Formats: sequence, structure tokens, C-alpha cells
Amino acid sequence: MEEDFRVIDNYLMIRMPTEIDHHKSVNISSKADRFILSREVQNIVFDFSQTTFMDSSGIGILVGRYKKISCFGGKVYAVHTDSRIRRILLLAGVENIVEITE
Amino acid sequence: MIEILEKKDYRQITNEIHLEFAAVSDNESFARMAVSAFITPLNPTLEEVSDVKTAISEAVTNAIIHGYENRGNVTDRIYMNCELKKDMLEVEIIDRGVGIEDIARAMEPLFTTRPELERSGMGFAFMEAFMDDLEVQSEPGQGTVVRMCKKIGLGSWIGSEE
Repeated sequence: MEEDFRVIDNYLMIRMPTEIDHHKSVNISSKADRFILSREVQNIVFDFSQTTFMDSSGIGILVGRYKKISCFGGKVYAVHTDSRIRRILLLAGVENIVEITE
Repeated sequence: MIEILEKKDYRQITNEIHLEFAAVSDNESFARMAVSAFITPLNPTLEEVSDVKTAISEAVTNAIIHGYENRGNVTDRIYMNCELKKDMLEVEIIDRGVGIEDIARAMEPLFTTRPELERSGMGFAFMEAFMDDLEVQSEPGQGTVVRMCKKIGLGSWIGSEE
């Protein structure tokens, strides 16, 4: 399953791919940044419902996008996270800057 | 390499693979799939498979991005040796890249030399967290060896964490 981008109001919704590693993350980050600039989105929602694997590259995507939008008061959300994705997010300590929900 | 093979005590080892692949990012998924296939006969839990895959992914990504400086040359090689001693998995990931000057520093959580690539600095921390043991040897200009091991098949004893 490939990633999918959609803009709803001032939210950028990103459906994350099945596997998130360094190889995949480069594309997702640059594509998201193009949306942030061209569509002036304020918040970003990462949907992990299709994702079965993620390494620390996923943390890089979330933190990187947070840095880009937080100065304009934007928020980053991680939704549909299973226990393994949550474990990785919590290990990296991103729960203070990313709203994590099941 | 041959020297290592001769010295090795094979009485304990029940299975072994040696892989050599190009240091390109496409092979990150190949490497973790290969290891997860290798441990399948041990009946690992989903948790164990995903722990091992994450740790392998971190180590191989490190070799590509840091060891070989993200060049993506097909001639740059990563060597992955896996062996099983009954239910104990041992993995070695070797690159002949730039090496690490200060290993202790590199292993600190959140420390990264490539913030511009959005590296989170969590690679070694994840390897430590998801495997039972981690050992790193490196020589600047010579390359890096990452050794990890994990006991597989403990799931039925401990049960899921949640």
C-alpha cells in the first residue's frame, strides 16, 4: 500500500504506507513539505491504519514536519496507531509534540 | 573472512547465513525480510519478528547513510551474517565505510550527525531496546561492525506485554 495525501480544510491527511523505513521516508517528507507550502495547511494527521512496520525513520518524518508547522501554531497527530507503532513513538519520546491516538 | 570461519566453534551453531548486498536504500527492506525469514522456523511471536526487523532496519540504514555517507553506490557493500545457536539469534552487520570516531557519543539517544536528513538519532537506542545485546566495533576509515543477539521464542513464556 502506497502513501496517500489529502487536504481537508487546513488539515493535511497522510495515509502512511505499509512499511516505513529510510527508503520510503525521503519521499513522504518531501511530498508533505510541498503540500505545506502550496496548500498552506496548518495541521498534519498521520494515519497509521495500514502500517505494519516502522523504524526510527518514521520518527524523523513526524518530528521534521512538526518543526515545519509548529511555528505557525500547527499540530501533528498520529492516528490509528497499533501497539507496536505506539511503542516506537513513546520510546523516542515524541508524545509531547505529537498527539497520539489509537 | 575465511580466517573467521576456521576459528569458529560450530558445535553450538544450528543454522547460518552470510549475505552480501549493495548499500542502497532498496535493500533495507530486503535485509529485514531476510532475517525475519531466517528466524521463522523458531516460531517467533509477531512482537519478536517486529523487534528484530526494526533493529536490522536501523543497523542497515546506519551503514548506508553514515558508513557509506548516503552515496547509494552499488559497489559499496554491506555484509550481514546471521547465525542461530538453538533459539539464540546472532546478527552481524558489517560495512567498510567511514567508521565511527566516538562510539559512545554515536550511541547516545537523539545524537545524530545527519540532522539535515531528518535522522532522529534513535537508531542505536532502538537496537538496544529491541534486542537482548548490542556491541559496536569501529575504526575510522575502516568501517563498522554491529553485533546483536536476541533469544527467540520466549513469547509463549512471557506472553504479550499488554
